[in-house]
Amino acid sequence: MSIFIDEKTKVLVQGITGKMARFHTKEMIEYGTNVVAGVTPGKAGEIVEGVPVFDTVKDAVQATGAEASLVFVPPPFAADSIMEAADAGIKYCVSITDGIPAQDMMRVKRYMKRYRQENRMVLTGPNCAGTISPGKSFLGIMPPHIYKKGPVGIVGRSGTLGYEAASQLATLDIGVSTSVGIGGDPINGSSFRDILELFENDPETTIVALIGEIGGPQEAEAAEYIRDHMTKPVVAYVAGLTAPKGRTMGHAGAIISAFGESASEKVEILSAAGVTVAEHPSVIGETIANLM
Amino acid sequence: MDIHEYQAKEILSDFGVKVPNGGLAYSPEQAAYRAREMGGDKWIIKAQVHAGGRGKAGGVKLCSTDNEIIEAASSMLGRKLVTHQTGPEGKGIYRLYVEAGVPIDREIYLGFVLDRTTQRIMIVASSEGGMEIEEISDERPESIVRASIDPAVGLVEFQAREIAFKLGIEPSLTQYMVKTLMGCFNAFRDLDATMIEINPLVVTKDNQIMALDAKMTFDDNALFRHPKISELRDKSQEDPRESNAADRGLSYVGLDGNIGCIVNGAGLAMATMDTIKLSGGEPANFLDIGGGATPERVAKAFRLVRSDTKVEAILVNIFAGINRCDWVAKGVVQALKDDPINIPVIVRLSGTNVEEGQKILANSGLPIIRAATLKEAADRAVSAWKADQPTITKLKAIS
Repeated sequence: MSIFIDEKTKVLVQGITGKMARFHTKEMIEYGTNVVAGVTPGKAGEIVEGVPVFDTVKDAVQATGAEASLVFVPPPFAADSIMEAADAGIKYCVSITDGIPAQDMMRVKRYMKRYRQENRMVLTGPNCAGTISPGKSFLGIMPPHIYKKGPVGIVGRSGTLGYEAASQLATLDIGVSTSVGIGGDPINGSSFRDILELFENDPETTIVALIGEIGGPQEAEAAEYIRDHMTKPVVAYVAGLTAPKGRTMGHAGAIISAFGESASEKVEILSAAGVTVAEHPSVIGETIANLM
Repeated sequence: MDIHEYQAKEILSDFGVKVPNGGLAYSPEQAAYRAREMGGDKWIIKAQVHAGGRGKAGGVKLCSTDNEIIEAASSMLGRKLVTHQTGPEGKGIYRLYVEAGVPIDREIYLGFVLDRTTQRIMIVASSEGGMEIEEISDERPESIVRASIDPAVGLVEFQAREIAFKLGIEPSLTQYMVKTLMGCFNAFRDLDATMIEINPLVVTKDNQIMALDAKMTFDDNALFRHPKISELRDKSQEDPRESNAADRGLSYVGLDGNIGCIVNGAGLAMATMDTIKLSGGEPANFLDIGGGATPERVAKAFRLVRSDTKVEAILVNIFAGINRCDWVAKGVVQALKDDPINIPVIVRLSGTNVEEGQKILANSGLPIIRAATLKEAADRAVSAWKADQPTITKLKAIS
């Protein structure tokens, strides 16, 4: 098992006719991802990388039974596409798009609550590298060959820092069950806590790496969940020790604007909750190896 | 994106929030003229800079004669205002706002923010206006009133009424307070703001509710649908290197150290800065070159980092997913050949096309220090920088 996706998951790519989406669709198919459909309004009937294109998500779901969706749509239209996926019965959606307005994301989150819990789509991202269950399937833009299959669950805000962790693990011959990017935006689909809960319940995952950064309350929320509910060990690294207060560090959400949002405060909160904190990014792999 | 007080007041006033009479001035004479035009016998001269704490820093002055206005305006215009929010370099004063004085009965704090915990717009208000919100939450936390706004329906009137009553607004003025709150919320929602702060919002002696100060920040990601707001951008209030970088699709934040960083990805960029610090150095900047960086973009990043004269070593750290190590290597080599430098350059490449990238660096004939891991790169950058110190000191003495 893994979380969210495996080799059987039927995947849909929204915005598939764009240049970036075409490239990554090809990579995903080569890796083994079961891509069954694409959607671009007005382009129904086209074929991209052997995949049929539909006008609407509903059409695509009806024709192919797609369950998961990857959104490559540009920022002005991305929120609309995510809501379309939620309404069409997609179970899991990853949004790669960087630059979605914060209030659009607020509306998306409110919109998803229209559906009963059991029919409600789970969203990860936006502004993330995607999700990969190594050896099975991936939805996103990561270099999949750096991930080995194994027992470590990874959840992080940053794409490249996630690659760094996975490659350190691979060097130590340790693999990953699933790696999930929750993205660098202030309003995101799933939080650290949401993903930790899935890893806690996934029999294939025995240990979890949490890769956080400055800004926002989600590392502190995660700490509370870990303290009260997690039985599996968690290793964390929080980026931005040297980041000044009040400045946005690349990710729209990476800004220290309140107490508890700096890297050192987050490290303190996580440590107090029983998390083993890697002091610097080069020892994330080692720290995990020591706990296994 | 931040805007000036006078611009925020103009916007809020269009949404039904009352503000005192006022006018913009670019010279002392114009300031005096604005005051005469407005009439009255007391005016406030306010420096227009993108920072709070202006009052304590001498950027707000109360005047009652022409001469006082000219004197106050002359002392501000063209100067840098240093407040606790600007950093030691301060912000240039090029515009003044001349405002009619109003008789104040009481001061209120009013803020609208994007709350990340509830992922909604939140109203934060307090009967203790005039103080900063951080001080209020330290000293009078019980005075703070909050309301969370449902994105599906927006601010509902009963919520606004509740806030007015909790703040102890006189019942006869409740309707004006509701109008102010609704106006702020509508502006926030319609224009994709991320913050509105009115401190103080005042009740005047003649029973009006007015915004005496106003700060608005907008969501950069939503500016594409608000061209009129985008036009309000004032580059004189930005760090020139940072706005230059933003115009070129690079995300840059200048810091105080001397090891320049060129990295892909915001998280990895922060992690690189942290590693430099833990290896005993200080990072000079945050710089994310983004995905799919071409050799040209890498070369631009090099020029940007070098334009900071404090930089005495450069560390390039790339973990390529969408990026390609060979392109990055080409960019590094091109930048160094176009414009040779005598400070150490350390490059760590990993991921897509790493062998080709390493080959390009090795065959370039340039003294590039290569590293296999982030830790090694940071250690080498710091030790190369330290080893270089005598030469750098000598060079600085000569120039």
